[in-house]
Amino acid sequence: MALLPSFRSFITHIYRPAAAPLLLYRASILFHKPKLSIPTCINLSFLVSSSPKPKTRNPLASSKDNTLVFKKDERLVGVTGGSEEQTERSTTIAAIVTSMGGPPGAVGIVRLSGPSAVDIVGRLFRPVKKKKSKGCGSTSWRPTSHVVEYGVVLDHQGNVIDEVLAVPMLAPRSYTREDVVELQCHGSEVCLRRVLRACLEAGASLAEPGEFTLRAFLNGRLDLSQAENGGFSSLVKSLRVQCIELLTEIEARLDFDDEMPPLDLNLIIDKIQSMSQDVKNALETANYDKLLQSGLQIAIVGRPNVGKSSLLNAWSKSERAIVTEIAGTTRDVVEASVTVCGIPVTLLDTAGIRETDDIVEKIGVERSEAVALGADVIIMTVSAVDGWTSEDTKLLHRIQSNKKSTESPTPMILVVNKIDCAPSASTEWINRESYSFSKHIFTCAVTGQGIQDLEKAISEIVGLNQIPAGGRKWTVNQRQCEQLVRTKEALVMLKSSIEEEMPLDFWTIDLRDAALALGQISGEDISEEILSNIFGKFYF
Amino acid sequence: MAALNLNLNFSGLTRHLFAPFFSYSLRTRAVSFRRASCFSRRLSLVSASATASPEWKCDERFDVIVVGGGHAGCEAALASARLGAKTLLLTLNIDRIAWQPCNPAVGGPAKSQLVHEVDALGGEIGKIADRCYLQKRILNISRGPAVRALRAQTDKREYAMEMKNIVERQGFTANLSIREAMVTDILLGKNDNVEGVHTFFGMNFYASSVVLTTGTFMSGKIWVGRTSMPAGRAGESASHGLTENLQSLGFETDRLKTGTPARVDIRTVDFSGLEPQHGDEEVSWFSFDPDFHIEREQMCCYLTRTTKRTHQLIKENLHETPTYGGWVEAKGPRYCPSIEDKIVRFQDKESHQIFLEPEGRNVPELYVQGFSTGLPETLQLPLLRSLPGLENCSMLRPAYAVEYDFLPAHQCFRSLMTKQIEGLFFSGQINGTTGYEEAAAQGILSGINAARHSDGKCLIVLERESSYIGTLIDDLVTKDLREPYRMLTSRSEHRLLLRSDNADSRLTPLGREIGLIDDRRWKIYQDKQHRVSEEKKRLKTVRISGGDLAADVAQLSGQPVKDSATLESLLKKPHIPYKVLDKHGFGNEMLNRMEKECVEVDIKYEGFIMRQQKQLQQMVHQQHRPLPQDLDYYAMTTLSLEAREKLSKVRPQTIGQASRVGGVSPADITALLIILEANRRIAHEQRRHHMLTSVRADSEQHSEVPLTETVNS
Repeated sequence: MALLPSFRSFITHIYRPAAAPLLLYRASILFHKPKLSIPTCINLSFLVSSSPKPKTRNPLASSKDNTLVFKKDERLVGVTGGSEEQTERSTTIAAIVTSMGGPPGAVGIVRLSGPSAVDIVGRLFRPVKKKKSKGCGSTSWRPTSHVVEYGVVLDHQGNVIDEVLAVPMLAPRSYTREDVVELQCHGSEVCLRRVLRACLEAGASLAEPGEFTLRAFLNGRLDLSQAENGGFSSLVKSLRVQCIELLTEIEARLDFDDEMPPLDLNLIIDKIQSMSQDVKNALETANYDKLLQSGLQIAIVGRPNVGKSSLLNAWSKSERAIVTEIAGTTRDVVEASVTVCGIPVTLLDTAGIRETDDIVEKIGVERSEAVALGADVIIMTVSAVDGWTSEDTKLLHRIQSNKKSTESPTPMILVVNKIDCAPSASTEWINRESYSFSKHIFTCAVTGQGIQDLEKAISEIVGLNQIPAGGRKWTVNQRQCEQLVRTKEALVMLKSSIEEEMPLDFWTIDLRDAALALGQISGEDISEEILSNIFGKFYF
Repeated sequence: MAALNLNLNFSGLTRHLFAPFFSYSLRTRAVSFRRASCFSRRLSLVSASATASPEWKCDERFDVIVVGGGHAGCEAALASARLGAKTLLLTLNIDRIAWQPCNPAVGGPAKSQLVHEVDALGGEIGKIADRCYLQKRILNISRGPAVRALRAQTDKREYAMEMKNIVERQGFTANLSIREAMVTDILLGKNDNVEGVHTFFGMNFYASSVVLTTGTFMSGKIWVGRTSMPAGRAGESASHGLTENLQSLGFETDRLKTGTPARVDIRTVDFSGLEPQHGDEEVSWFSFDPDFHIEREQMCCYLTRTTKRTHQLIKENLHETPTYGGWVEAKGPRYCPSIEDKIVRFQDKESHQIFLEPEGRNVPELYVQGFSTGLPETLQLPLLRSLPGLENCSMLRPAYAVEYDFLPAHQCFRSLMTKQIEGLFFSGQINGTTGYEEAAAQGILSGINAARHSDGKCLIVLERESSYIGTLIDDLVTKDLREPYRMLTSRSEHRLLLRSDNADSRLTPLGREIGLIDDRRWKIYQDKQHRVSEEKKRLKTVRISGGDLAADVAQLSGQPVKDSATLESLLKKPHIPYKVLDKHGFGNEMLNRMEKECVEVDIKYEGFIMRQQKQLQQMVHQQHRPLPQDLDYYAMTTLSLEAREKLSKVRPQTIGQASRVGGVSPADITALLIILEANRRIAHEQRRHHMLTSVRADSEQHSEVPLTETVNS
């Protein structure tokens, strides 16, 4: 129900004649003289509006404001029928707009947008400044647009919740083209939630996901490509153009065979090949983005007492895991965080895997195996002193047989640890066993030797090395990724159509599909999905 | 009947009912003929309103008047008369009914689909082409079932004669009158509805539906070189006055150009060195009606090429052509370029193919396809003589270009009724198309709708995805035409579903519901569907293990054949047509060649067809959302300026149509959808609010009064 009134306000603002607010602002200057403001702000206001004076606003004016606007807008009456009642229903929305859930940032922002944004903030915000003598009551806050004010937020009992900076951006010079106030609070979730609650108690309603953007959109502030933020559009556009060129080539033959030179099939197949490669690369980037968000899980497994915990400690430069000479020290899974090429990596140190009668250790071993199964990369650690033992072979088989049931095999790295203790040990066995592993690395957990090699190996295995450092110009979101996958699938089908010598016309079906998928990323084709996404995001 | 009336009462808009494919469905079959009484009832209404006219005579009142006797006009008049509407066909010259002024051919890529579809609805063009063919060939045979196309060379005189006979016979049996006349004015009723037409010689003919199919005749002007004369075709006078009349009614008109090449005397051509092009040994048919499958002796076409001399002659005389000399501004078709266009545009191509096609069995004329030109007549013979085989030819008719008025079809609904004048329909070249097939396709639909309109029934709209006819009309009414519109396979997004072989299963049931498919034809159709589906069942169940067939299939397809493989699975393998089953005695003798083709396509391409069907369904759901006709696009500030203008002009009926309007981007469509959704919810909220208010008003009247006062002050 809460979302329904908000529609009324969209309409209010779509059809608001540009001139009306200006008049009102001029009127409001009578009430309030502009106070000092930072030079850049003055410049900004000159740039954006034709009015030479910084705009201020009287909260008393704001309720009248809308009524007047409505009276003037006859078209609106035509569109919505009895629109008058809507005036009072225009909502002011509020939400925490900085990301939540992760580690707290230094600063978090609560944003309010709507006709009573200033009123509402006025009820809970107290500027901390020299006394104001111009007859403004302490209850009415009359900010200057784009001038930051320092103060505190109070709850309804008058207790200070947080120190904040209030940034007023008055209509139409704001993201949503409504009055917007942003409260920059301390970043902790508790602070932010309390400030937001204070806003809601003072009359704001909680914004639906995407509602600020929807208001911005409906008020003509941004077009959809901005709203959808198509970052890597140039690649996608070029791929789409290639698809369409191929389609044109083929279709021209179908309609005007008489007049066209014959089609060079090899050339077309080459083009399709290179397009597939581009899509694959784009998907790898998408993969990187996924890694960036979800991170990598790396399980360190091995027999007891080969130095798994030492490796974790050395890598994470901590004493996270307890290290002793006693085999089977680690009973549970120990986690530590590191970053590899900017990707957050969770290291999982596990109990040494061996046959054991100790109940606690037995559970630990089971957990080790479970962790190994769920990890993105498995590091199998052996001791250079002992070389490859029959237990290692058994352990490897157990992991591999577990892996077989899952779809794609998890890459494994062989780490030969304690290389310092056996400098001259025979390493011939490594070649014998290496077929099971993607890479093998020599380390000394005590000195940290080999850790860099290990990181390099990991970045190669998960494909981070294929993305030049700092060379990534774009990110791929979930929706774009799905369309890329669809493009890839269409190209795969196209290749199989070609291999099966399907008639030429069938090639166009998959090419069209690929072009459509790409068009949906770049916003050149509409799809049900984009729209339902938008409606889903904005309305529900 | 009650339900239909209800629909009509809403507004003009609701005449166009929206349904997934066809915009309407009849509750009862074969309504049309039994409804003859409705027509007469309507008649009395019309006569009451027209008593003031001094020319009043009983036999000059009709249900439908069709202006123009070309390929659109004939289909329109026949469909209308067959649906029981008393129909008048007005034409400038009865001897030129269904004339083929340009290429003596029917069909080709995409056009053949149109012909099959018109036939499936009960139209005439396919039957006449089947009856009058000189040669038939299947084009694109190896390129997939959706683009496979039948093309027939026709005997142009026989063709016109046959169609004239059919029209005259229809007139003799029921409902159709023919009259020579030049229509100059549309007669209007009080409510911007059509009441009839006025002719040059002062006749008034009355009808509640009028179909204009003026072809190239409205203010037509033909050009040879720099010389021009008013004419609709060479030797036939143009029609004057109608354009001005339509303009005065508020219609927007524009001008298009097309051309036709020279004809040479077949007896003066040396074919000995030319590559012959024979017809197919196994003749295929446009019509689904086997009564018209009568084989005839085929004639041969020949292939020649432009030479260095041709190119040189043209380059030296470019300034003598209308386009490059700059004295004709109207736009000609890009895909049917004059020879000078081809040579200028494809500089590096040394030679272009030219086809020599006979125009009839008993006439010496030869059509020089691919050689139309705007050059003056003095240069045309030397140009022809630069072609191998034509060195000593004599020219019978010079090539000429024709300019004519058309009415951009965004002024029509998809029923082909104009938006401004109720009961007035446009069809054929007047809507900016080119081609007999395109004309016939529009003709049959406007004929059906004209008859239905005069009978007070809802009009029929073929959705874009239902057919090439639907695609054609959807393109016409939404897109901004800059050149004559020709149907192409690439214009159809889901063409794998719109094949020649399934045109009947797509449209004949509709033709039956409308009333154009009689019992005999309906039975033929049903029997065919039954045989095809039974055969598909049989192929699913019959299994083979080893043997000649398996060996042959393995060899032809390069794929192994499993033991106890079904015949269906064999047919799915590459390079295995149904013929292979026939060859080994596993085919079904009950089926004819066309039916076997249906079975083969359905089985072989099942996966692809299913995929397209799925894509289509996803799309249709979104695209068929209707748009209110009273939307104020100018007020939608989130749309681009161009989109606001174009949408205000075209006033699309659905979201899908809106998305195809030129200059409307996907972002505009998204914005439009968001606005619609917001409006919908506001309307919903308002209804709710009004309900609450009225409830509240009953209980607390006092609080309600001040509220309204504040608002009104």
